[in-house]
Amino acid sequence: MSDKKPIISPDSEGISNGTRRDFIKQSSVLTAVALTPGTVVHAASDHMDEQIAAVFEKMPLKMEVNGKPHSLQVEPRSTLLDILREQLDLTGTKKGCDHGQCGACTVHVDGHRVNSCLTLGVMVNGKRITTIEGLAKGEELHPMQEAFLKHDGFQCGYCTPGQIMSAVACIREGHANSEGEIREYMSGNICRCGAYPNIVNAIQEVKAGGQAV
Amino acid sequence: MNKPIPTSADGLSRVDGRAKVTGAAKYSAEYNQPNMAYAVLVGSTITKGTIATIDTKLAAKAPGVLAVLTYLNSPKVPGHIPTKAQKPGAKSGPLKVFYDNKILYNGHPIAMVVADTFERAQYAASLVKATYNKQAHDTKPPKDLSRGVGAWGGKDFTRGTVDAWKTAPIKLEQEYIHPSEIHNPMELHAIIARWDAPDKLTVWDKTQGTQATRDDIAKAFKLKKEDVQVNSQFVGGAFGSALQVWPHEVAAILGAKVVKRPVKLVLSRPDMFTSVGYRPYTWQKIGIGATADGKLVGITHEAVGQTSTFEDFAEGPINTSKGLYAVPNVTTRYKLLSLDVNTPTWMRGPGEATGAFALESALDELSYALKMDPIDLRLKNYAKVDPDNNKQYSSKYLDEAYAMGAERIGWENRKAEAGTTIQNGWLVGYGMGGGMFGAYRDVAVARAIMKADGTLTIQTAVSDIGPGTGTAMVLIAANKMGIDPGKIKFEMGDSALPLAPMQGGSATTSAVGSAVHDACTVLKEKFQQLMGNGGTDNPDYVKILKEKNLPSLEVLTKSQPGPDNEKYSMQSWSVHFVKVLVHPTTGVIKVDKVVCVADSGKIISPKTARSQVVGGAIGGIGMALMEEAIIDHRYGRFVNNNFADYHVPVNADIPQIEALFVNKPDPYINPIGAKGMGEIALIGMAAAVANAVYNATGKRVRDLPITPDKLI
Repeated sequence: MSDKKPIISPDSEGISNGTRRDFIKQSSVLTAVALTPGTVVHAASDHMDEQIAAVFEKMPLKMEVNGKPHSLQVEPRSTLLDILREQLDLTGTKKGCDHGQCGACTVHVDGHRVNSCLTLGVMVNGKRITTIEGLAKGEELHPMQEAFLKHDGFQCGYCTPGQIMSAVACIREGHANSEGEIREYMSGNICRCGAYPNIVNAIQEVKAGGQAV
Repeated sequence: MNKPIPTSADGLSRVDGRAKVTGAAKYSAEYNQPNMAYAVLVGSTITKGTIATIDTKLAAKAPGVLAVLTYLNSPKVPGHIPTKAQKPGAKSGPLKVFYDNKILYNGHPIAMVVADTFERAQYAASLVKATYNKQAHDTKPPKDLSRGVGAWGGKDFTRGTVDAWKTAPIKLEQEYIHPSEIHNPMELHAIIARWDAPDKLTVWDKTQGTQATRDDIAKAFKLKKEDVQVNSQFVGGAFGSALQVWPHEVAAILGAKVVKRPVKLVLSRPDMFTSVGYRPYTWQKIGIGATADGKLVGITHEAVGQTSTFEDFAEGPINTSKGLYAVPNVTTRYKLLSLDVNTPTWMRGPGEATGAFALESALDELSYALKMDPIDLRLKNYAKVDPDNNKQYSSKYLDEAYAMGAERIGWENRKAEAGTTIQNGWLVGYGMGGGMFGAYRDVAVARAIMKADGTLTIQTAVSDIGPGTGTAMVLIAANKMGIDPGKIKFEMGDSALPLAPMQGGSATTSAVGSAVHDACTVLKEKFQQLMGNGGTDNPDYVKILKEKNLPSLEVLTKSQPGPDNEKYSMQSWSVHFVKVLVHPTTGVIKVDKVVCVADSGKIISPKTARSQVVGGAIGGIGMALMEEAIIDHRYGRFVNNNFADYHVPVNADIPQIEALFVNKPDPYINPIGAKGMGEIALIGMAAAVANAVYNATGKRVRDLPITPDKLI
């Protein structure tokens, strides 16, 4: 545990200032829950208190991601994006701004596109999430993935998962009826490399092909 | 003419495309390590002064926090990140993170919180409180030559007679402003740092050069190069922002040392404005004069770019005026103004893009003064040899590019008089602008391994920030070896692989492509020798390996520039044509049509080359119409440090864009005939847009970006 000892500024040793460590020692909630208060106090002095408190601060989250059920304990402040990337290691969904301004984090929640960076994990309890990793059927790419490949709808590839998830939703929503409409309804997904015309071409091809998306 | 216009579907699809469309492509932040901790930086809230007190108690006690680093407790970095952009000793050099209590710009990292989750690190970072001894700051950008200090030793340049443009019968002098522009690649800069032993480090880092980053980290931490491993398999755009090691990378490596765990640090989007460079605000003045029939007499190009107080960053905004036209008299004056800001860096078309906006706008202004078509004016002053050194060009087909672009945009529809064409309630205008950038070739090494199953593996350390390097390399190898591209595996983005330069200066295909070409040539010859009888053009590699009972055959080949690279002037050329619609009442500008033509030698990978040029043009539209990083000078702080307020082009801003290539190999630059393309795709585009806006409205906007308020 010595590795985990916080490094603090020189004048701060031994100063108590109402952090959770004190909260744990004093908490009647915890005392009520814990059957062996003595152990908890011991734990607190061993820096175990934070780990115990962390358990109580978490909320249950059940969601289906790409067809697979997940039962997680998450902090209420954790975004769906960070849960996907950091806890489930589904890193295909990208972080580009964390403020809903770029669309790189677009996923489908019950079939609709959302910015996962603006969605708290607890908001999708019981819902069905599809990320870029869940779009292909095994080795068979989704028609939109094929079209992006064919029309070179990307360069660096970082905005691409979000673009593709948005593009699929754009067609499902009925917003892909003209070049102008596609451009408008794809404008929440920024591509800094500048693949926009190719993205529009890819979406038009899928739309014209009439395949189920 | 009537060459078929390439579409977005023509050519080999990207070899890494499947990984990119399925989410399998992993970028630097995506190599999660066991027991990994998360770091978040805290930036200063003042612009200049010193830290008086820094209170980290609350942060240190916050849940999950493992360490809070400040200048008071951080381990010192034993060496320094080497400076790339200045003479040593001139200034203190790249920012030393957590080094002392000095604040050099707003957002200067003052602390870093490391915690067991990202959320906890981010929250605890908000608890770090500092007080400061404030000093008066200066962030106001240059508005003339007066406050600047000469860059590169401070010498002005003159060819012929000083300021000869003033003696010309037709002349003009104008000032042009290019505001600071942020690279803003979609991928946030990120690093995962893992100490494998006290003197052995592995990083997954966003970088345009795995080996340059390895070398710089090794120097800073006084490690052996071979004990630093840099991985950068996929890079989510960079445009120059990942050409050097930045303070956040050093901070993460320090953090990993302190907490004895792998540490991940991902910059926030606001951090991207203060942490990884930018294209510097540059004031320019151009004096230009010509004879009545349009022969240029002289150009004087003055420029002052902003830099930081601790590091000089110089680029070449004045270079374009020296080389784009055959003009006998050129004077340039280039200075730097040190401000209390972070240091700028190279951004796509560094210097030249800024300079070409001014020069190509001035050429356009001169064409109206001369009542001469802008293309005719350029052809009248077409440089057949490099006017800067009288060397022959290795190749130049810019005149063909002018003709191709003019035909496709419908240049004959342009009205010579500005502000005279209205269609469907919109003013219509056409404009053009050209660009040039040096075509370089650096030393590179490639390994080629033919295996018994008939697959070929090519290895180099190069990074691919998006242009499609892997695809181009596979095509070079496939052509040389006479095998299907599907049988070729390209391994890159790893500092332990054979030598490759940084992906910058539009030189990757030239350098690394030559190495791949040469390696495949040697490998093929080896097979031909094995066959005896001089071999055939297309050896059956599988059969030969089997006959000789060999599991594989491999070569490691170094490829470098030769005497021709000195003998000739080597340049890539481009021209951009733009048609805009401007709403007369609201000043709204719609880019209606774009045609870009590049003379970049032989086109290796048609599909990705086309995309690269389209992307450069879109970058130029951003530069022309939207992009401007704004500092509130009362506080020295960015006010638009996010994608809602710093506007970049979105899909609705962009029409279909035609990208055409002269596609004639350069006979001298390298064995593959390819010149660079990344920079010229952007250089000149902003001027083309500005010139089209003038043609539409009769209003000349010389301070970018051209927002509607400047037109009404």
